[in-house]
Amino acid sequence: MHPASEHPGLGWELLAALRAAVLTIVVCGLLYPAFIWAIGQTLTPHAANGSLLRNAKHEVIGSALIAQGFSRPEYFWPRPSAVEYNAAGSGGSNLSPTSPELRSKVEAQLARFSADAQHPLPLDLASASGSGLDPQITRAAAEYQAERVAKARHWPVSKVVDLLKEQQRGGLINVLATNLALDTQGQ
Amino acid sequence: MTLLFTAVLLALAGLLSWPLGKYMTWAMQPGSASGRPRPQPEQDWQHYVRSLLIFNAIMFAVGYALLACQHLLPLNPDQRGPLSADLLMHTISAFVTNTDLQHYSGEAALSHFSQLVLMWLQFTSAATGLAALAALARGLSGTPKLGCFYLDVLRAALLVLLPLAAIVAVLLLFSGVPMTFSGAVSAKTLEGAMQTIARGPVAAFVAIKQLGTNGGGFFSANAAHPFENPSFFSNVLECLSIIVLPMASVWMFGHLTKRMRHAAVIFSVMAALLLGQLGLALWAESKPAPALAGLPVQVAANLEGKELRFGTAAGPVWVALTTATSNGSVNCMHDSLNPLAGLAAQIGMWLNVAFGGVGVGLINMFLYIIVGVFICGMMVGRSPEYCSRKVETHEMKLALLGLLLHPLLILGGTALFAATSWGAGTVLNKGAHGFSEILYEFTSAAANNGSGFEGLGDNTVPWNIATALVMLLGRYLPIILPLAIVGSLASKKQVPETSGTLRTDTGLFGFVILGSVIFIGALLFLPVAVLGPIAEHLAAIKM
Repeated sequence: MHPASEHPGLGWELLAALRAAVLTIVVCGLLYPAFIWAIGQTLTPHAANGSLLRNAKHEVIGSALIAQGFSRPEYFWPRPSAVEYNAAGSGGSNLSPTSPELRSKVEAQLARFSADAQHPLPLDLASASGSGLDPQITRAAAEYQAERVAKARHWPVSKVVDLLKEQQRGGLINVLATNLALDTQGQ
Repeated sequence: MTLLFTAVLLALAGLLSWPLGKYMTWAMQPGSASGRPRPQPEQDWQHYVRSLLIFNAIMFAVGYALLACQHLLPLNPDQRGPLSADLLMHTISAFVTNTDLQHYSGEAALSHFSQLVLMWLQFTSAATGLAALAALARGLSGTPKLGCFYLDVLRAALLVLLPLAAIVAVLLLFSGVPMTFSGAVSAKTLEGAMQTIARGPVAAFVAIKQLGTNGGGFFSANAAHPFENPSFFSNVLECLSIIVLPMASVWMFGHLTKRMRHAAVIFSVMAALLLGQLGLALWAESKPAPALAGLPVQVAANLEGKELRFGTAAGPVWVALTTATSNGSVNCMHDSLNPLAGLAAQIGMWLNVAFGGVGVGLINMFLYIIVGVFICGMMVGRSPEYCSRKVETHEMKLALLGLLLHPLLILGGTALFAATSWGAGTVLNKGAHGFSEILYEFTSAAANNGSGFEGLGDNTVPWNIATALVMLLGRYLPIILPLAIVGSLASKKQVPETSGTLRTDTGLFGFVILGSVIFIGALLFLPVAVLGPIAEHLAAIKM
C-alpha cells in the first residue's frame, strides 16, 4: 500500500504543497534566471544591459532600441509618442481609431510637419506607436524630413539622402543611430 | 506577404507541436513510454482537486507576502515602494490564475525581486493547467484514479516548461532582450534632455510569459516594448512560443487517452476557429483608422498603437493568437484596434477554446464536447456516450454550469459596471467604444486572458476587487467542474462500442463540436457584440 493512496491527512497535503512550492521557487525562480543572466552577461553583454549607446566621453546617450525625443530641425524626428518618450513608463495613446481626439492629435502632427495635400504625411509619423518608444521610422518618413534636416545643417539634400541609404535596414531607419551619424559627419 | 507570413508561422507551430506533444506525454506519464508504470500515489478527482487548490493557495500566500514586502527585500535598485492592498490582491490573483491582468505599470511599480516572484507564478500557474489536463485525460482513458497532482505539477514545471523557457530565453538574449539586475540608467539625449531607461531581468521573464499563456508584461507596454520584443525575429519567436504549447496539449491529450484520431478532430476544430478569428482580425486591421479620413496622410493599414519593426501583419496575427490561447500579452495596443479587430479579439476570449490556455483550453473544449455529444444523442434518440461511458443528467448539469459561468461573469460584470460610475467613470473613449472597454476588461478577466483596452483607468478599488473575483471564479470552477464530470464518468460501467455509437474520430463529429461552439457562443454574446464593437463600426462608416 502506498502511504498516499489512502486518504492522506491535511498535514501530508500541506507538506507536499510546501515542498513543491520551495522546489519550484529554487529552480524556476532562482536558478533559471541566474542561468539566463550568466549567459546574457557573458555572451551578449551589450544587449543584456539594454543596448546602451555612449559618446566619446563614455557617457550614456540612450539605447539603440529606445526612441528619444527630437524637436530641433537639424535632427530626424521619431514617431509621435503618447508618453513623451518616457522610457520608464511606456504606453500607447489607447485612443479608439474612430475617436475625434485621435483626429486632433493627427492634425497637430500635420501642422508640425507642415503637411498638405501635395505632401501627405507618411502614416508612421501620424500614428503613435504602441510602446511610445518605437526607435524606428520608415525610410519614406525619413526622406520626408530630409529637406528640413539638410537646410538646417546647410548641407545638400543629396548628402542626407545618401546617409539614409546607408542607415536603412529592411526599409526602416533607426532615428537615434541616424542622428548620431549626422552629428559625426558634421564634425 | 501578409498571408505568407501567417501561413508559414502557423505551419511551423503545427509541425513543432507534434514532437512536443510526444515529449509532454513522456514527461507527464513516464510509465507510458517505457511500458512499466512506476508505482506512484494516486488520487481520485476530489483529492486531485483538493491538492490543486491547496497548492494554488500556497502560491497565492507566498506571492502576496513577497510582493507586500518588496520595499524590504533585495533586488530593488530603483527603490520601489509597497503596492496598495487592493492592487496587490488583484495582481496576485491575476498571476496565480494564469491571467496576468495588470492594473499596475511594471517598470514603475515593481522591484526586480517582485518581477521574479511573478515569473515563478507564471511557471506554476501554467503547470497547474497542464496537470489538470493530464488528470482529465487519465480519467477519460478509463482509470478511476487521476494521478498525483504534486507529481504532475512538478513534471509540468520542471520537465516541460523549464527547458522550453531556457531555450526561448537564450534566443531572446541573442535577439537583443536585456537580462540584468541593475537598475534604470540615466541617459543624456542628443538634444540635452535626460531620459531614464528602465531595464531588468527581461529575457527570463518574457520566455515563460509567452510559453505558459500567461502574458503579463515586464513593462507596461508589454510585448510592444522594444526591450521585450526588439525585432522581427523576436516577434516570430514569441508568436511561436504563444501557440505551440496549447497546440501540443491537444496531442498530449490524444496520447494519454489513446485516442489520437479524436485528438486530431479536436485539433482541426480549434484550428478552424483560430483561422476564422485570424481572418477577421487581418481584414479589419488592413483598413485605415476612420478618424483619419480626409486628412493629408498617406493612409494604408491602421498603424495607431503599432510598432514598425514587426511588419504589417504582425499586429492582427498576434491579436488572434493571444486571445485564442488566453495569453494576455500584446504587441500592439488593443484599444486602438479597428472596431471589428477588437471584436475578433473578444470572440477569441468569449469562446476560449481555440487551443486556449496551456492545458485549460482543451478542458474548456471538453465541456462543449459533452454538450455536443448530448445534443447528438438526443437527435438520434440514443443515450449519449463519450469515451465508452454514458453521459447522463448529472454530467450535463455540471457541463452546463461550467458553460454558463463564463457569460454570467462577463455579462453580469459588464452590466453592473456600465450602469454605475465604477465602470462608466473610468473609460477613456466615449460611446460604444467606452462600453467595449468595460466589456473587454470583464471578458479578459473571465477568460483568464489578461490583455486589456488599456485606456480604461482600471486601478481603482471596485475594478481591482471585481476583476480579481472574476478571475478566480473563471479559473477554478472551469477546472473543478470538468474533473467532477470525468470522475463521475470514470466510476460508470464501460459500455461496448457498437455500430450505433456516435464515433468521436470523424469529420462529422468535428462539425458537431464546431457547431456547438459557434452556436452557443453566438447565442450568448451576439447582443453585447452589437452594443459595443459592431455599433462603433457602423457609426464609423457613417462618419
